[in-house]
Amino acid sequence: MNAHPEATPEAGADSGALVELADVSKYYGNVRALEDVSLEVHPGEITCVLGDNGAGKSTLIKIIAGLHPHDTGTLRIAGEETYLSSPRQALDRGIATVYQDLAVVPLMPVWRNFFLGSEPTTGKGPFRRMDVRFMRETARAELARMGIDLRDVDQPIGTLSGGERQCVAIARAVYFGAQVLVLDEPTAALGVKQSGVVLKYVAAARDAGLGVVLITHNPHHAYLVGDRFVLLKRGAMAGSHLKGDIDLDELTRQMAGGSDLDELGEALERAPVPDHLGGGAARGPEPGGR
Amino acid sequence: MSAPAPATPSGPADGPAADERLITRSPLKKLLGRPELGAVVGAVAVFLFFTFAADSFLQLSSLTTVLYAASTIGIMAVPVALLMIGGEFDLSTGVAVTSSALISSMFSYQMTANVWVGVGVSLLLTLAVGLFNGVLLTRTRLPSFIITLGTFLMLTGLNLGLTKLISGTVSTKSIADMEGFDSARAVFASTLTVGGVHIKITVLWWIALVAVATWILLRTRYGNWIFAAGGDADAARAVGVPVRATKIGLYLGVALGAWISGQHLLFSFDVVQSGEGVGNELIYIIAAVIGGCLITGGYGSAIGSAIGALIFGMTSKGIVYAEWNPDWFKFFLGAMLLLATLLNHWVRKRAEETA
Repeated sequence: MNAHPEATPEAGADSGALVELADVSKYYGNVRALEDVSLEVHPGEITCVLGDNGAGKSTLIKIIAGLHPHDTGTLRIAGEETYLSSPRQALDRGIATVYQDLAVVPLMPVWRNFFLGSEPTTGKGPFRRMDVRFMRETARAELARMGIDLRDVDQPIGTLSGGERQCVAIARAVYFGAQVLVLDEPTAALGVKQSGVVLKYVAAARDAGLGVVLITHNPHHAYLVGDRFVLLKRGAMAGSHLKGDIDLDELTRQMAGGSDLDELGEALERAPVPDHLGGGAARGPEPGGR
Repeated sequence: MSAPAPATPSGPADGPAADERLITRSPLKKLLGRPELGAVVGAVAVFLFFTFAADSFLQLSSLTTVLYAASTIGIMAVPVALLMIGGEFDLSTGVAVTSSALISSMFSYQMTANVWVGVGVSLLLTLAVGLFNGVLLTRTRLPSFIITLGTFLMLTGLNLGLTKLISGTVSTKSIADMEGFDSARAVFASTLTVGGVHIKITVLWWIALVAVATWILLRTRYGNWIFAAGGDADAARAVGVPVRATKIGLYLGVALGAWISGQHLLFSFDVVQSGEGVGNELIYIIAAVIGGCLITGGYGSAIGSAIGALIFGMTSKGIVYAEWNPDWFKFFLGAMLLLATLLNHWVRKRAEETA
C-alpha cells in the first residue's frame, strides 16, 4: 500500500544506527508473528513503531529486548550483526526495555526499585552491604533531573501514578547507561496529562543522546515526538516514513487501517437502513445515520 | 502475586496535585506503615491480658519460660517469614525439623561416631531437602503449596518408616552417653544463667537469626532481591534479578532453621519421637503472618515474625499460668491470627492511602 520512501539508501553495514533490523522475521510454529520488518534506531532520535492489536509490536520488542531470538533477517547493533538470546545480553549491549506492566515492583520503595538488579555496594566480606545513602540520594537526584521531585523516596512505588512509574523506569534505564531505550506502549493506560509527562521524559532521553524505540498505537503521541515511523499490520511492514515525509493526518489514516478504513466507510455509507430499524429502503439518509 | 497494589492507589485523582505528594509523611504515619505494627499492638494486648488474667504471669521465671517457648517457634519463623516475603510457602518445615533431629541421632548411633559427625551429616541432608524444594519449584514453576505439601508427606513417611526400620521402634535410641554429646548440648540446648535469670540458649539463637535476617533483608542486595522476587517476579527478572537463585537460597535458609531447631529438639531430650513436628509448619507460617508478612509476598519483616512468635509464646504459656484448660489454646490462636491479619490489612491500607 505504500512504497518505503526512504528505500534503504543507507543499508550498508555502518549507517550510524545504534540498532538496525533488516528483513527480520519471527515465526511461532506455523504462526507468522513478524515478517520482513526493517527499522533503524539512531542516537538522539525516536523511532516509533505503530500498529493495531496483533500487528506484531510485541514480537518486535521481544526481538530487540532479547527475549525471543529472530528467525531470519539480520539484527545489527552498532553496525555489528548480532543474535540476542537473553535480556541480559541485550542489557549488556546497552539496550534497555521498559515494559508497560512490568516496569517496577509496586510494594518496594522508590529507591530500592531504582537500583533493583544493579545495587551498588560498600564494605567487604560479610559486611558487604548496599550503599543505601548513595542509592537514596542518587535516586532522588536522577528523578529530579527528569523532572520528578520526590521528597520521600521511601514511599512504595505503587503509590506513584502510572506515568511517574514509567518515568522512574525510564530514568533508571538512562542512569544505567542505556544507549537504546525500548518503550512498550508507555502511554497506553494513561490519561492525557500523564501521557504528556511521559512523552516529555521520552524527549528528555532523546535529547540526552539515546536512541529510542517508542511502541504505541496512538499516532498523535507518536507524531509529537517521533523522527521515524514504522507501521506494522498483521505482522508485516505497512509503511516506513521519516517525519518530513508524512503529516499527522496521513499517519493517522494509515495507522487506523488506511484504505481499509476508506472502504469500510463507503460500505457503511451505502448500507440501506433495514426495515425493522424503521428505515424504508427508499428513505433518505437518517439524520446522523449511515 | 502482586495483585492489589499497583493500580488502585494511583488513581487519576492524584494526577494534577503533584505538590501534595511532596508533603513529608509525619513520623506517626511512617510508624503506621511499618509491617510489624499490627503485631506490636497485638503483642501488647496479649501481654496486658495475661498480666491481669494470670497472677504468676509477671514473675521472672514465667517470662523466661514464655521467652523459651517463643524462641523455639521464632527460630523457624524467621526463615519462613523471609520465604513468604519472597513469595513462597513451605509446608514441610514442621516435619523437616524432626527429620533433621532423626538423621543426626541415628547417624551418630548407628555409626557410633562422635555426635558432631551426625550433626554435620544432618546439616547436609537438611540443606538437601531445602535444595530439593527450591530447585523443583523454580524448575517446574508449580505452586510452592503443592510441592512442599508433597515433601511434607514424603518426609512424614520417611521419618516414621526409616526410624522403625533402623531403630525398631518409633523413637530413636538415647545418645546421651555418646562422645560429643555434652558439647553439642551446650551449643543447642543449654541454659545460661545471667544474674540469676535462667535463659535458654535458643533465645540467643533466635535473636541472632532475627538480627542476621534483618540485616540481609534491609541492607544487602540479596534482601532487595527477596522483596522483588515476592513482589513481582517478572519485573524483577526483567531488570536482571536472579529470581531462581534467590528463591532457592530462601529454601536453603529454611533448611538451616530446621537444622538448628532439630538439633535443639534432639539435644534437649536426647531421644526423638519420629511422629513429631506435624502441624508445626502452620504455626511458623502463622507467626510470620501475625508479624505482618503479606501472604502474597513482597512485604514483611524478620522482626515481625519474632513478635508473632512472642505472641505465640505468651498465649500458650499464659493459658497455663491462668490455669485454664489448654484446649482453649487453639481457639485463642485462631482468633489472634484473624485479628492480627485484619489489623495489618487495615493499617497497611491506611498507610498507603495517606502516603
